[in-house]
Amino acid sequence: MTVANPSWVAGDSQVAEARKALDQHVYETVQWHFHESTGSPFWLGKKSELKFDPLKEVKGFDDLKKFPEFEDEWLRGGPVNRWIPKGLAGKPTYVFETGGTTGIPKSRVVIDDFRIDYENFSYTLPDEYFPKGANWLMLGPSGPRRLRLAVEHLCQFRGGISFCIDLDPRWVIKLIKKGWMEHLEEYKKHCIDQAITILTAGHDIKCMFTTPKLLEALASGLADKGTSIQEVGITGIFSGGTEFTPQWTRFCVEEMLGGPVEESGVYMTPTYGNTLMGLACSRPITADDGYTIAYYAPQPRAVVEVVDFDDYNKLVPYGETGRVKLYTMTKEFFVPGFMERDEGERELPFNKYPWDGVSGVRPYRGFASSTTVGVY
Amino acid sequence: MLTLNPLRWGKQYKSLEFQDVIHFDTGEPIARIGQVNGSMVQMDIRKADNARKALRKLPIVDLIERCKKAAYLFEHETLPLGDGVQSVDDFVHQQSASTGLPEIMCRNNMQKNCFVLSNMDKILDALTRGLNPEIFSRGFGEEGRNVIVSYQCQTPVLGAVLPNNSPGVHTLWLPAVPLQVGLVLKPGSQEPWTPYRMISAFIEAGIPAEAFCLYPGGHDVGSTLLSKCSRSMIFGSAQTVEQYSGNPRVQAHGPGFSKILLGDDIVDAWEDYLDVMVESVVINSGRGCINASGVWASRHTKEIAEALAARLGPVDISSPTDPKAALAAFTNKNMATGTWGMIQQDLAESGVTDMTASYGERLIEKEHCAYLRPMVVHADSPQRGVAMKEYMFPFVSVVQCPQKDMIKSIGQTLVGTAITNDEAWIDDLTNAINIDRLNIGPIPTSRLNWLQPHEGNLIDFLFRSRAYQVAPTRVPAAV
Repeated sequence: MTVANPSWVAGDSQVAEARKALDQHVYETVQWHFHESTGSPFWLGKKSELKFDPLKEVKGFDDLKKFPEFEDEWLRGGPVNRWIPKGLAGKPTYVFETGGTTGIPKSRVVIDDFRIDYENFSYTLPDEYFPKGANWLMLGPSGPRRLRLAVEHLCQFRGGISFCIDLDPRWVIKLIKKGWMEHLEEYKKHCIDQAITILTAGHDIKCMFTTPKLLEALASGLADKGTSIQEVGITGIFSGGTEFTPQWTRFCVEEMLGGPVEESGVYMTPTYGNTLMGLACSRPITADDGYTIAYYAPQPRAVVEVVDFDDYNKLVPYGETGRVKLYTMTKEFFVPGFMERDEGERELPFNKYPWDGVSGVRPYRGFASSTTVGVY
Repeated sequence: MLTLNPLRWGKQYKSLEFQDVIHFDTGEPIARIGQVNGSMVQMDIRKADNARKALRKLPIVDLIERCKKAAYLFEHETLPLGDGVQSVDDFVHQQSASTGLPEIMCRNNMQKNCFVLSNMDKILDALTRGLNPEIFSRGFGEEGRNVIVSYQCQTPVLGAVLPNNSPGVHTLWLPAVPLQVGLVLKPGSQEPWTPYRMISAFIEAGIPAEAFCLYPGGHDVGSTLLSKCSRSMIFGSAQTVEQYSGNPRVQAHGPGFSKILLGDDIVDAWEDYLDVMVESVVINSGRGCINASGVWASRHTKEIAEALAARLGPVDISSPTDPKAALAAFTNKNMATGTWGMIQQDLAESGVTDMTASYGERLIEKEHCAYLRPMVVHADSPQRGVAMKEYMFPFVSVVQCPQKDMIKSIGQTLVGTAITNDEAWIDDLTNAINIDRLNIGPIPTSRLNWLQPHEGNLIDFLFRSRAYQVAPTRVPAAV
């Protein structure tokens, strides 16, 4: 956590303006989800259980605290159609899943949100390192996750073509749980072999999405062949996964990618995202900032708070540790306060993203022993 | 507070992540260790050849002399360590504070390590069975009976995932250095002191720093080290040993299940050997794989157990600075209480008797740590579960078993002390493949002869013996 660097901290007026926009967005979102003509069967059904009328009593973000905690169990099982707002009925709909190693996975219906998320994210990418028109490699979890389609859309939105590698994280988790580490290594190698084949086949791939662990494996696989990420022409890497640490990021920048971007010509941006929230961007990572990785949600479509471990409606002071609480507020999906399985430190508003951020994201201590993290 | 930085081929790396080393009794941090991640290890291992190249620039005889100098430095001098320095007394206090070992045991382990280092010429002579060290450097040479032998080094570095609580085991990796094999070590989080100080002594003695890596870190560091080093050793539980069983790249050191076997010919005079039994069980707080966890005899077992209980039962906890301290603390209280729970299950079996029950409480819980006082248990048959148990404190089962059934019943045994003059039985014991080190006569299991090949001969592990023929004359030069 960094609190003392005034150069990047957002000014009061920026923060106030962003807050005003958030309050307005919250009001409109709640009106949409709880109105009989546009709301989803799920929220219209829940409305009767609430002790307040969201249409009348939610005027801004703070009013969302009136909602009970969002239970992720509500997302397990069908009918999944109950989540589709009437106002969007009939539009082509996707279902994306998360979890599901054992039992029923959590499902979320999506119409356009993944495209909107990634188009917004696209504007944060520096064109110098993510050139418009460049082709991409998507080396990450596939199957029923939104990531493959989202990255492919990002690439297409920027004028390129995305090459994709199959990777089933549920099988990876099973291998870990069974202790089949040799199989795990072989599976990883199988994925990396495909990636190297694509990268060295003359497709002019300059950008990629991958996870930290797969980035390591790719760098190692390329080194075994006497080359590197730099040498195969990658200039921009967008990487996701909660296992980012300052130590790993420093190693990645200084040693795997060949130095700071000015020297290596390879830009790596960590991100934090999930099926429920969308994609949070990171503040640029620098050695001067101790390689701190601070994420900022795509407000006002989503909000991240760092809250007290015992009182989920109370923010912790800046720099203090708390649990990560998510809010999703799009026309497709409404989550008024979902307790993530992560904890972190509350970060000051950043001048490009003038609202609270979170750094040091890691599995919540209460769950850490039972959570399999960093599987891909 | 001292910061121990990771060492990457001799260069200190200033990490952004740290783990505190905690005082076992007060819970206070006494040092912090910079952490690395597995990916860093994976990247560094690519340069492992440089470690051996650097060591091969010095002849083995020269390296042996430098080892002797390192032994002196390790035992007597203040040495650079992390971002500070460490005196001998600092080392002893710090090791005791983080491992729970009494200071006297820390000093004894220090001397054990120094003995191996300062006698490296003799140790190598024992490990190689007298071959000229130059053969191992050059890869081949004349054995001395007009035959060329070849020993091909299988790895530029030896990896080791080191334990938290047994400073004595470091003797096993020390001979790699004069054999011109670099070291890639993952120090135990509670006992980083010996590897850090030893590497510092090596470097101060003029051994190339680029031969050494020290990688404190999490599980991913250990697993990467084991998967990426061509040869490595790990110290762990029976499950760890099982996991690496049959893996030629990994030498796994686990529980020893060391035992004393009393022959029918001498068992009536068992009292003469009580001191041997006591020393074997209690020395170094019973933590070592070479401590005896079983005394086996065909008769008098109740009396033997009573006599052992009379000697071991009263042993009590004391200050770590007490020169007579005999017990180490369990720095993790749960480990002590968990062990105690397992012992309660052992004792519930019919035919098993707790012989130390009348000598006071065994489990002593303190605020941040716990102790288990010595236990002697009698088992009326090898079939009792406790006969095959080994715990991390002075714990011994006295097992009644006919001599004719003993070898097959004792199971895997790291050190077997057989007190007997029965030549036929000695012959059987010599041929028993379930006994690794065999002592014939009243030698405590805990007394090792370092001039004998050690557990898992390092030469067999690091080198491959192969055929190598040289024509009487070289081929003529091409024109």
